[in-house]
Amino acid sequence: MSTDTADLSRLATPPTFQSVSTARKAKNLTATVLVGLAFLIAVVPLVWVLYTVVQRGFPVVLNADWWQKSLSGLLSRQTGGGVYHAIYGTLVQGLVCGLISVPIGLFVAVYLVEYGGRSRLSKATTFMVDILTGVPSIVAALFVYSLWITTFGFGRSGFAVSLALVLLMVPVIVRTTEEMLKIVPDELREASYALGIPKWKTIVKIVIPTALSGILTGVMLALARVMGETAPVLVLAAYAPYINYNLFDGPMASLPLLMTSERNNPTEAGFDRIWGAAITLVLIITLFNLLATVISRWLAPKTK
Amino acid sequence: MAKRIDVKDLNLFYGKFHAVQQVSLSVPPRNVTAFIGPSGCGKSTVLRSLNRMHEVAPGARVEGTVQLDGEDIYASTVDPVQVRRTIGMVFQRPNPFPTMSIRDNVVAGLKLAGVKNKKQLDEVAERSLRGANLWNEVKDRMDRPGGGLSGGQQQRLCIARAIAVQPDVLLMDEPCSALDPISTLAIEDLITELKKDYTIVIVTHNMQQAARVSDQTAFFNLLGVGQPGQLIEVDDTEKIFSNPTQKATEDYISGRFG
Repeated sequence: MSTDTADLSRLATPPTFQSVSTARKAKNLTATVLVGLAFLIAVVPLVWVLYTVVQRGFPVVLNADWWQKSLSGLLSRQTGGGVYHAIYGTLVQGLVCGLISVPIGLFVAVYLVEYGGRSRLSKATTFMVDILTGVPSIVAALFVYSLWITTFGFGRSGFAVSLALVLLMVPVIVRTTEEMLKIVPDELREASYALGIPKWKTIVKIVIPTALSGILTGVMLALARVMGETAPVLVLAAYAPYINYNLFDGPMASLPLLMTSERNNPTEAGFDRIWGAAITLVLIITLFNLLATVISRWLAPKTK
Repeated sequence: MAKRIDVKDLNLFYGKFHAVQQVSLSVPPRNVTAFIGPSGCGKSTVLRSLNRMHEVAPGARVEGTVQLDGEDIYASTVDPVQVRRTIGMVFQRPNPFPTMSIRDNVVAGLKLAGVKNKKQLDEVAERSLRGANLWNEVKDRMDRPGGGLSGGQQQRLCIARAIAVQPDVLLMDEPCSALDPISTLAIEDLITELKKDYTIVIVTHNMQQAARVSDQTAFFNLLGVGQPGQLIEVDDTEKIFSNPTQKATEDYISGRFG
């Protein structure tokens, strides 16, 4: 009758903590397997595509001529030559598109975030931008065809391609810029107003610089995106195997267009040109993405 | 420098919501006035109406007059940008411009107004940072980003930025609420220092702080949820804290509600 009374009088209850139940272990295992499988399914095709493109295209682009010459004067079965004409076309069409789209997209986004508020015009604009984001590139291409070529009577040209790409790029830029401007805290705008800085100057000198790194990343990604578009070049520009520096007149090659036109070429040379052009396009787009990362790192607000 | 503020029959609205009703008070020059009161009673709203920051919010509206040395800042001929240049403001959360260096943050107001003279800007930067008791801590890293400073330093940076444009009045909206006690002490010392040159209005939730730094205290209250806030009484800080006229003030100060 001494120290054990407390222990003896306690009710026989199970311990508070037990090991993980079998059911939960099973659920955990199932989920792990499913997540792992989903990852594999997503990654395998990606790696496969990249491997195929690199394996078939890489030997072709190692030749210096590839980057410096066109296919001018070569028969479809002749090897050699290069895709300088198509790289030039892709870059110029893309950059002209960017030059037109960036100011338009930027101004629209500034209006929507800084001035529009909940006005009817800004709601309508947001709605239109949403719709435009979903417009397939072939629709944009046909629209430009009917307006620029059929109605205005201009010929098919690289510039018509740029116009179609503008239709695809503007909504993307508006969207990303809008998101970037929205995450600039209102406190910064107020701090600026409180210093007696007018609204437009606050936007130009405080708000846009703060969001610039994100905006530029968005622009670069959009540019990389439109450079790979195929429908506009198919509809709006005739293929030329030679270099055409004139954006406004005559047939002009671009990488997607070169690939589709070489698909009619059953020879070994045609095969090489397609894979070479594919890896060239992938490389250009990778370069733009890398550039976007570098620029955004460089411009991002720092704390150190 | 240092002008007086006279508020008369001020009513403030957010859209249809009547936020503050019938406020009348005067702030003498070279004086610290503290606004105290429970959350949501409209003290920050009143403060923001003193430099026309209230109307920045969508749907915000002002009735009544606010005079700065007898001049109505809400007159139709007055440019709100000039009002804000004359009446500076420091906010609850430190908000240095993230893309700018410490130096550029301090002189942002002047630089964006078009002052280009580097020597003049450097002088203003040093004078303002000295004024905000921050010079010794940052003088060797003026080109570093303002966002790299500690919270208390950032808030003093914001004060330096506000006094760099040489306003006549300085409004402070709970400037110490995000800071630790040591930084708070530094800012309070600074307020006492700045009082020599500026008219200061400060909103605070900390009644000891109001008692420590202010010469005059205004107590705001609201009668119920959804009702407009109102000014209950305004008097010398000493009197408000020892012998207030209104029962509500006494209850609030003695911690019986709010």
